[in-house]
Amino acid sequence: MLLRTDAADRAVSPTGPPEPRVPAGPSPRRRPPRVLLGLSVVVAALAALPLVWLVVRVVDADPERVLALLARDRTVVLAVNSGLLVACVAGGCLVLGLLTATLLARVRLPRPGLWWVLAALPLAVPSYLLAFAVLAVRPDARGLVPLVVVLVLACTPYVTLPAAAALRAADTGPEDAARTLGRGPVGAFCRVTLPQALPAALAGTLLAALYTLSDFGAPALLRYESFTWAVQAAYEGTIDRTGAAVTAMVLAVLTLLLVLAERVARRRWTRARATTAVQRAGPVRLGPAGTALAVTGLGSVAAITLLGPPAALVGRIVAAGGVDVDWLRLLAAARSTLLLAGGAALLAVLMALPVGVLAARYRSRTVAAVESTAYLGQGLPGVVVGLSLVFFSLTAVPWLYQTAPVLVFAYAVLFLPKALGATRSAVERVPVEAEEVSRTLGRSASATWWTVTVRQAWPGVAAGGLLVMVTAMKELPATLMLRPTGVDTLATQLWAQTSMGSYGAAAPAALALLLLACVPAALLVRAGTERPGETRGS
Amino acid sequence: MSLHVRGIVAGYGGVPVLHGVDLEAGPGELVSVLGASGSGKTTLLRVVAGLHRPDAGAVHLAGEDVTGVAPERRRVGLVPQEGALFSHLDVAGNVGFGLLPAGLARLRVDRAARSGARERVRELLELVGLTGKADRMPHQLSGGERRRVALARALAPRPSVVLLDEPFSALDAGLREQVRGDAVAALRAAGSTAVLITHDRREALSVSDRVAVLHDGRLEQTAGPRELYARPATARVAAFVGDAALLPGQAAGGRVTTALGSAAIAGAPASSRGRDGTAEVVAVLRPEGLRIAGPAGRGAPAVVEHVEFLGDAVLVTARPEQDTGNGPVVRIRTGADGQWRPGDRCRVHADGPVHVVPRT
Repeated sequence: MLLRTDAADRAVSPTGPPEPRVPAGPSPRRRPPRVLLGLSVVVAALAALPLVWLVVRVVDADPERVLALLARDRTVVLAVNSGLLVACVAGGCLVLGLLTATLLARVRLPRPGLWWVLAALPLAVPSYLLAFAVLAVRPDARGLVPLVVVLVLACTPYVTLPAAAALRAADTGPEDAARTLGRGPVGAFCRVTLPQALPAALAGTLLAALYTLSDFGAPALLRYESFTWAVQAAYEGTIDRTGAAVTAMVLAVLTLLLVLAERVARRRWTRARATTAVQRAGPVRLGPAGTALAVTGLGSVAAITLLGPPAALVGRIVAAGGVDVDWLRLLAAARSTLLLAGGAALLAVLMALPVGVLAARYRSRTVAAVESTAYLGQGLPGVVVGLSLVFFSLTAVPWLYQTAPVLVFAYAVLFLPKALGATRSAVERVPVEAEEVSRTLGRSASATWWTVTVRQAWPGVAAGGLLVMVTAMKELPATLMLRPTGVDTLATQLWAQTSMGSYGAAAPAALALLLLACVPAALLVRAGTERPGETRGS
Repeated sequence: MSLHVRGIVAGYGGVPVLHGVDLEAGPGELVSVLGASGSGKTTLLRVVAGLHRPDAGAVHLAGEDVTGVAPERRRVGLVPQEGALFSHLDVAGNVGFGLLPAGLARLRVDRAARSGARERVRELLELVGLTGKADRMPHQLSGGERRRVALARALAPRPSVVLLDEPFSALDAGLREQVRGDAVAALRAAGSTAVLITHDRREALSVSDRVAVLHDGRLEQTAGPRELYARPATARVAAFVGDAALLPGQAAGGRVTTALGSAAIAGAPASSRGRDGTAEVVAVLRPEGLRIAGPAGRGAPAVVEHVEFLGDAVLVTARPEQDTGNGPVVRIRTGADGQWRPGDRCRVHADGPVHVVPRT
């Protein structure tokens, strides 16, 4: 194929091809530079390392033992437990999310912008903080019901946001037609308009299911036997870790299936939704009583999710008769949290740069494969990555076992997708024409890269790094497995004190984590308010 | 400075878009490349700028072969469609971008060069009428202002040739004419050689010294705007640069016979007059070159089919009767007081000699 094109080129160019300093053509058709492609392949390989090593570990183990582990009752119990949990949470999120989305998109509310932000904010609160708040109020809470409540509150935004966006964009013409054909307002909305938003809501539900299946902190705190908790228990409780490896493997397969389902769903459903003529109706006025009801509903959900944890924490501190904080320990934990997360952000951005640039500027099957592989961390639960890197560091690099580099690497693999998405969109937003103008104004390709592309893209890339940092600060399961001996982060400190039942002592770390959660929230809000300004400007 | 482009063959992934295109622009000349979308005009511009490697052919700038020279060493100015300003730099930063080197080399620039660059930026902002907006950011500018900054940025390093890629196409109609007028005035004031890519025939005819009509990657004709309009080389060019009825006819002895009768051929060489033998041709009849009269007047009988009132004139569409009914119609531009109605009988004749092109 390539040879043939070259021959064709030579056939039509009797004067001989010009020197290669002239670019061959518009970027998407260019072949990517070898260095960029090589670096990206290395990054993809690194991102795939945890999964590959887990497979190697399971394949290496005695096959009979693996089969026995797979077939034992406990696997079935775990599968049923996790399935039940995922089903309940997914159902709860779908219902609550669609309700919230309908209110946001179709009802005239006082201060509409505020409600959108409030609906998105729970994404920033880690589920184990919510679980901790539940425990702080009722120390004997455990099992499915409180866990479902916690996870539904934490995951609903995954459904609300896409569903509300879809409802906003939905064509209300058919709804008007349904009204003239004899349906009532609610009936027409439910039968005609809601189905238009359902695909987006279902894709969001799959994301919520993925989060639920991978979540470790909340099930562990509320003592619900899910896959993640079982992996961690098997890792800590036994000498032979094949059991942990097999359970982690099953979990990884399940989560990757969910990721795949989400991708397929998004692709198919978004394509089917492309309609041409779009009519949009204004939001409905509910009257004072209805508005009050809607505001109360939305407000109480937001209050439980966002104000519940700090209120419970402060209540705990007051009940304990003031703070009895081990400041030195807290500061040490905060310091190591910052250092580890900062390192993770740096590494993730460094890894994201080549792949992000490659994906933003070049299109080919190889590029798509490299990018998808780099996104693996999105589908792998923290326990799986943590466990796999324990195996890897013990076998391949024993001198690194339980050192900061391995933990930082685990963070980087887990959160590379966040940095990658930010990098790619930041580079995509720099117009190729601006780069070309810079070339004609006398700057070489590399000078253009530094003075135009990097200058315009770095804020987006940095925001991605910040997002990785904040997320890494809250990470629990991989940190528990991989942290250097004697080093505590805020999350592990909270975990240790909560498992001992000393909720008062855990409160300061929890408050610190909650404050951290505000950072991406602030970014989110800023991005949300800035976007209209940007479009107006361009 | 002059631009010579010879025999450019270029394409994407082995599929040629340009099949041997020649283009020339003398010093200070403004040449338009006119073509429909997909005709390859942007590819031609990218080849000249050095952003696209041609498969064959050569680009000469100021007498020097620059075919293999990187874009940053060609001294060409580029004004892309939407301006493509550097969004991280203010207006002065954008205009001065090409005046000082980047990176460490910038530290070695002496004070005189710096103040020279500042002076040049000021000069250009004055030229494009943006004095006082030097510290605005691109997102604070209107669409027209952004085009003018893009032009100033391209002109700042005194390029050998300025390339404009449909810079006015995305503007509103009224604004477009004003920005275009300002931009062309600035180009003329700077004395720049310029190549303007456009798909708008009015734009091409009104501002350029010469127009090159590109079709399917081949040049159909290159000529001054008046000549292009009055004496198009092919029927396609004739239709592309203006409204015209293309009537098939037979040329013989310096005269052409069409559905409208016989008329003298414009510019027919004296030697051909009176010579025997006929040739199949197409007569190009512009609406303003035709006259309409009542049934008793001069010319071929026709029936009015459609009347358009334009304000300052009336455009009458008529079908010559001699035709069997499915032949081509002609359009006649006549005074605004003409009281024509569909169905009216009339007579139509060409006022003066008629331009003919070979029939293909």
